[in-house]
Formats: sequence, C-alpha cells, structure tokens
Amino acid sequence: MTDLIVNGKVHAVDVEDDMPLLWALRDVLNLTGTKYGCGVAACGACTVHIDGVPTRSCSIPASAVAGQQIVTIEGLKTGDTLHKVQKAWIEAQAPQCGYCQSGQIMAAVALLNETPNPTDDEIDAAMTNICRCGSYAEIRAAIHIAATSV
Amino acid sequence: MAFKPTRRFFIWSGLAAGALVVGYALTPFSTLDRARRIAGKGEAMLTAWVRIAPDNTVTVIVPHAEMGQGVHTSLPMMLAEELDADWSLVRMEQAPADIAFANGALARGFLTGDMSIPSFLSGSTDFLMRKASEFMNLQITGGSMSIRTTGIFGMRRTGAAAKAMLIKAAADTWNVPEAEIVAAKSVLSHPASGKRATYGEMAPLAADYDAPVDAPLKAKKDYTIVGTPAARFDIPAKVDGSAVYGIDVRLPGMLFAAVAQSPVFGGKLKSVDDAPALAMRGVKKVLKLEDAVVVIADNTWRARAALAMLEPVWDEGPGAAHSSASILAGMDAALGKAEAGNDWSSDYDEGDAPKAVAAAPRTIEATYRLPYLAHATMEPMNATAWLKDGKLELWGGFQDGLGVRAVAAEVAGMSADDITIHHTFMGGGFGRRAYSPMLPGNKPNDVRFAIAASRAMNAPVQCAFSREEDMTQDFYRDASVARLKAGLDANGRITGFIHAFAERHDPPEATHIAYDVPDRVARFVTGTNPIPWGPWRSVDHTQHGFFIESFIDELAFAARQDPLAFRLAHLGNAPRHRAVLEKVGQMAGWTTPAPAGRARGVAMREAFGTILAQVAEVSIGDDGRARVHRMWSAVDPGEVINPATFKAQIVGGAIYGLTAALYGGITIEKGRVVEQNFPDYEMVRMTEAPHHEVAFIESGAKTGGGGEPGTAPVAAAVGNAIYALTGQRIRELPFRKFDLKTGGQIARAG
Repeated sequence: MTDLIVNGKVHAVDVEDDMPLLWALRDVLNLTGTKYGCGVAACGACTVHIDGVPTRSCSIPASAVAGQQIVTIEGLKTGDTLHKVQKAWIEAQAPQCGYCQSGQIMAAVALLNETPNPTDDEIDAAMTNICRCGSYAEIRAAIHIAATSV
Repeated sequence: MAFKPTRRFFIWSGLAAGALVVGYALTPFSTLDRARRIAGKGEAMLTAWVRIAPDNTVTVIVPHAEMGQGVHTSLPMMLAEELDADWSLVRMEQAPADIAFANGALARGFLTGDMSIPSFLSGSTDFLMRKASEFMNLQITGGSMSIRTTGIFGMRRTGAAAKAMLIKAAADTWNVPEAEIVAAKSVLSHPASGKRATYGEMAPLAADYDAPVDAPLKAKKDYTIVGTPAARFDIPAKVDGSAVYGIDVRLPGMLFAAVAQSPVFGGKLKSVDDAPALAMRGVKKVLKLEDAVVVIADNTWRARAALAMLEPVWDEGPGAAHSSASILAGMDAALGKAEAGNDWSSDYDEGDAPKAVAAAPRTIEATYRLPYLAHATMEPMNATAWLKDGKLELWGGFQDGLGVRAVAAEVAGMSADDITIHHTFMGGGFGRRAYSPMLPGNKPNDVRFAIAASRAMNAPVQCAFSREEDMTQDFYRDASVARLKAGLDANGRITGFIHAFAERHDPPEATHIAYDVPDRVARFVTGTNPIPWGPWRSVDHTQHGFFIESFIDELAFAARQDPLAFRLAHLGNAPRHRAVLEKVGQMAGWTTPAPAGRARGVAMREAFGTILAQVAEVSIGDDGRARVHRMWSAVDPGEVINPATFKAQIVGGAIYGLTAALYGGITIEKGRVVEQNFPDYEMVRMTEAPHHEVAFIESGAKTGGGGEPGTAPVAAAVGNAIYALTGQRIRELPFRKFDLKTGGQIARAG
C-alpha cells in the first residue's frame, strides 16, 4: 500500500511500485482532471504539484511521492471559490478544447507562487506545456491578470 | 403542435413540460416522428432547437460538438439574437446524435437554395456541402460549417419564429395590435397600456400558435448579442478539472484496453504469445484481432504495461515497401507521365494556359514538396463502449455523432437504432475525430476495439491509444508534390498559370486563384498515396496555400515588384481580396522596413468562404532556424458572430499551421511511421508563439467559416519572409530541415 496525500486527503492505494502517479490519480482515485498527453514528460498535460513543485505526473512513480503533498487541478479551489488563476483563466477566456489547461493552470500557479509578477520572458520560460489549439496568447494574458488580482 | 411546410424546410412548435419548444425540422415527417419517439415522459417534444421555460430561461439545443471552437456559444448567440432574449438567461444543451438534429439537409439547402455559390465553384461545390448532399443524415462538426448551415438556416429562423409566436400570444392576450408589442431582453411589453410579461410567462400561450416560417430576421444594425465577445459556456468546466473528455469517462465495473495495431498500414497479426501479459496483475484478457492486439486490464497503466511485454509477429504485407522517398518519387513519376501524355484531371482549365505560358517572354517554374502530417490532438484517440442486452452505448468526443453511430452499427453488426452516442468534450479535433461514412479513410479503430473488448468482457471498456499509437496510426494529411509554371510579360504581369500537383482531396476551391490570369489551369494526378488519408485542419488548403502563395511570391520577385503590390496589381476584379491585403499591409506597416535582422512575408487565402491575408515577421536564430516574431491577419468572413472566439480560431489556426511549417513531418520508412511522440514531432510552444494581431472586415458577404482559414496561408507567409531575409527560397517543408544561416539550403538530418 502506498499512502498518497492528494488535495489534503490521504488515500491508501494498492498499486505497483512503478505505476506513474498520473495513472494512480486518474484510474485508481478517479481524479480525471489531470490529463494524459504523451507519457514522456514532453507535453505537460499531466502537471500536478508535489510539495509545491510543478511535476509531470506521467513520469514519476506514485510510490516515489508517498507522504508528499500532491495537489491536482481538483484541489485548487478553496471550498467553492476558484483560485485566482482559475478566475483569470475564465476572464481571459483562455481554453479552447481545454484538454491541456489543467496542466497549464498548475504550471501557472507554481510560477506565480515563485514569481508573483512575471514578465513575458519569465512566463515563456516557465510555461513549456503544449497547447495544440494555440491558446498561448490567452494563457499569457491570464497569467498577467492573475498576477495583478488578489 | 403545429408545423407548416415550405419548399425546403419546416418549423414546428409545441408545449413540453410547460415550456415552449420551437424546432426547425429538416425532413418533414420522418424527422418529426423521430423527434416524438425520443421525447421524454410528459414531454410532447423533447428535441428542439429552443425551449423557453416558465422560469424564463431559454435553452438552445446545439447539434454540434464542442472542440474548442466555441460553437456551443456562438450558435445560441445567433438564436438568442433573433429571439431578442436576455443573454444572461440563455443556456446550452448538446443535442443527442439523432437524425432530428442532422444538418445535412441544411447543407443541402445551402447548396440548392438561393445562396450564391462563388463563381469559381460553379460546376463543383464546396467540399463538405457537396458531401453533405450525398449524406442527408449528417451531423458533422467540421468544414467550418456549423455557423454557416445550422446557424444561418436553423438557429436564426427558429429564434425569429419563436419571437413571432410570443408576440402573437401577447397581442391576443392583451387585445392590442401585434405591431405595438415590444420584445426585448426576454420580456414582452405594450408601452401604451403598461402591460408586461416575461417570455417564460407567455410561453405556454404562445405554444398554441403556428410557428411561422417567414418571420422577419433582424437587421445587423439592431444586433445586441451577435458581434459581442460573449463568454463561452464551456469554459468554467475547463478550469477546474470537471470537464469530461472521452478519456475521462468512468463507468461502474469499467475496464481499460491498450492496443497495438500493425505498425505497417494494412498489415495483419500473424501470432502473439499472450502468456507474459496474462501473467501480469490486473490483466483480464488479450484479444488477438486481425490487425491488432488488445490487452484488457483493470486500469490503463496495467493494460499498457502488459501490452509492452508482448512481441506480436505481423504479416506486414505489401505496405512494407513504402517510404516517404519512394512515395514522393512516385508522385514525381506520375506527374511526369501525365505531362508526357497530357493526361490530367483538372479543377479548372480556363483559356489556354500552356500556350500562354509558352508564348510569354519569361517563364518561371518551381517544384514544391510537402511531407505527411499527423493531427496530434492533445487528447489521444479513445472511445468507451458498453454492449449490453443487444444495445450499444458509446462515449467519446466525435466530430460527427450520427456518422459515428453509422460506422459503429457496421462495426458492431447492429442496427443504428440500438446504438446510443454520449457526447463528451473533445480534446482537439482538427479532422481526426470525424468518423463518418463520408470519410471512409478515417477508420474508427478506437471505437472498433472498444466494442470488441466490451463484447469479450461483457463490461464497459475504454480503449485509449497511447500517444505513440495515436501518432503512428493516424490518417494523415498526405505528402504531395506540385509543379508550378507561369509566364510573365514585359510589364511584370502574369500571362498564364499552370498548377500541376499530385494528390487531391478537397475542397476544390483550394486550388482557386483570385488573381487576374485569364489563361490558367489546375490539374492533378491521384492514386499516388498508399498511406491512410484524412482531413487535416483546412484540408487541401494546407498544401495549396503553401504552393500557390509561395510561387506568387516567386513571380513577384522575378517581376522585381513588391510582393504585396504585385498581388494587388493582379486583383482588379476581387475587391474583398484587395481589401484584406491592403488592411494587413497597413497593420503590419508593410511599407516601413522591418526591425534589423527581420523581414516580412505576405500570403493570402480564400478558404471555407472566408478571405484572409497574413503577414509574418521572421528572423533566423543562431541555430539556423526561422523564428516568427509577429503575425498580422486581416480577415473577411462576411460577418462575425463572436469576435473573441473567431479571433482565437484565427490565431490558434495559425499556430497549428506554423507548427506544421516549422516542424511538422511524418516520415514513412518500411511502411511504418517513424515519429512516435512529441519529442520527435515537435510543437510550437508559448515561447515560439508569435504576437498575432487580427482585424476583421465584415463585408456583409455570405458568412464564411472560422476554424480552418487561419491555418492555410501561414507556411507561405513564413517562407516568403525567409526569402525576403535570406534570399533562400524554401520549397519543401518543414523549414527546420534547412540550416537557414548557411545560405546554402543544406538539408540536415532531423
């Protein structure tokens, strides 16, 4: 059994040592907001926070993060109140198909925690996730909105 | 319930659960019968385009799938506009995959009705429109067609009809003339008497009136909803992880399937020892299908890990002989043979182009080559099937609900009536998720394997492709070769234009040139592509946008003219094309020099009824690669429903095209796809996404599409900028194959 602390709750999951965290989240805990895109840490759709660090969950075994604080897109809200980055995403109307946006939002939250008011260059450097719809301009706008909101 | 026939369409109405429902029926009686049959208990008519409930909410039923293009919002905007509804009270529901919601007949009305077809398409027609007329039961989301058919023919007229009924009911109830009733923001009022009722209050009475087929439509100047950047209905669920895509479907007792298909197209499974997979934890079964191995387990990871343990042996068949090089050589040979025998098919053949070119004082010719491309939607292909008690339920993101039902019926050997489609959000479409009888190349393999697995397990099963399976088992934008040839006179005017190319799909408008060239021909050979083909965002425009607009640029430089001025000089009879070119020139500051180390290129396209011109500003990095810093697009789609979503489509479409231009290339070796995943099929990411300004020109012409036009001209605009900057004319994509710093067009590996 592996104890995964996801969005503040402890889950004892019975999975193989090499099962990536992504699949433990999606198929065992049914937290499907975290997406599979490539399985090789190239696209960022599966980004979650592990002890606050944005991490591509497809390429880290669940067993390796036992006991650490895992936050997924489902855990960003406080009660029913959206995180300011989520609100900014709506204000900027950022998503198109939306599939990559969980990962984009998790990457952006981590960026803003480290760099509260990032420049475009800092955003470019931090936001390496792929969006096939090409919503990059709206994502960048949303990050600037979030940076200036409380 | 009442309906009135006209020559081409019916509007019907009724009262269901206290709500006024108004629908727009496409084929009169069969569709209505169908709608009745699927009505819920206590509801006279469940399916409809719009429902006005006692609480004054307006629910618009949208028959198209949402894949990020915003159609779940823009179609309701069109209906709400004509209804004069309060936008804050408008809701959206996606229609089930049922004939009652097909837009094929709408498309046919578009074709056969009084809508004018562009003159260059006379004798032919717009690709999907033409196909639609062959498949009456189409419910397609593609071809940039939702707004153009469902919106214009269904949504607007239904909204107007519902408003007319509400006004009639109010006039009779209040005993005042209809003309004195004001309908605005979901409220009916009679100013003289002070009487007032909400739409919801009047809806039950309005249901007693016939739905008029000829209710007047509003003038554009009176619009209050259409043309505003309305917030999309689908976005809140896409920021908190709650939006359900096909791959997120979870059902009680559900199993997960991983699949390996023959790596060579057309190959068959010879044998596989399934013991290593069956020995692994959670694995339920291994299916040995004709062309694939399917491992079914209790979660995705276990299914994939077990599949990776297997070493299937394939009978590769004749497909193993193909490579990109051999296919392109075959295209060259076919073009040479057609040339030698003067044996061509043609899209258009006006005047005598070969004669005009031969007689010109100067002749310019060039050969262009393009590679295969994969769709690479962010959500890999998947479907979930549950075969139970002779009925099949399917979950997934499909661009054509009715189409997938039809193909699933064939796969499952069942009647379509026994199949229910549950639409989810689509994690990207771009043509890949269009399963339809009209696109036989788009094999519904995820659906097929899910059905086979559900049948074998007697349980719901999700079959999701790995990224590698998704990329190597696509139906690809095809590779192609084009030979262009033109004559220039002493004044730098084009006297004749010959566009010869290998492989053609649709739309035929893709080879059209708006330029004033009396003698011109677009001719082609087919049968040279052995790799599965499917429509890829903007379809043949992806090739011809690059071929034609790069070559026009070559002609401009050969004529020693400014490329933008050269185009304008050849557009005397095309005011809309002139307007977008002039506009984009102003936006980009075309007549002022680009910043040091950069240059600009221009290209233009008319695609899916929309005309647009693009400028790209490019530099060359130390790595020898092109970097696109800025783009400008001037777009004339006739009219704009939602400028925010339309702009996002143009910008996003351009990034899709830019990814292909800079990086895109699927390579065939020994009959199989070489590229496996994003590390070897690169994507434009944020740091490479250009700053892109978009301006719309609403010429009032017939409404054009938004999803695809932005993709079409990008490669040419970038290539033309590379030429302006470096003097290197790149006639083969992707650009990354060339070290643009060497000045020698040296192709490099990888």
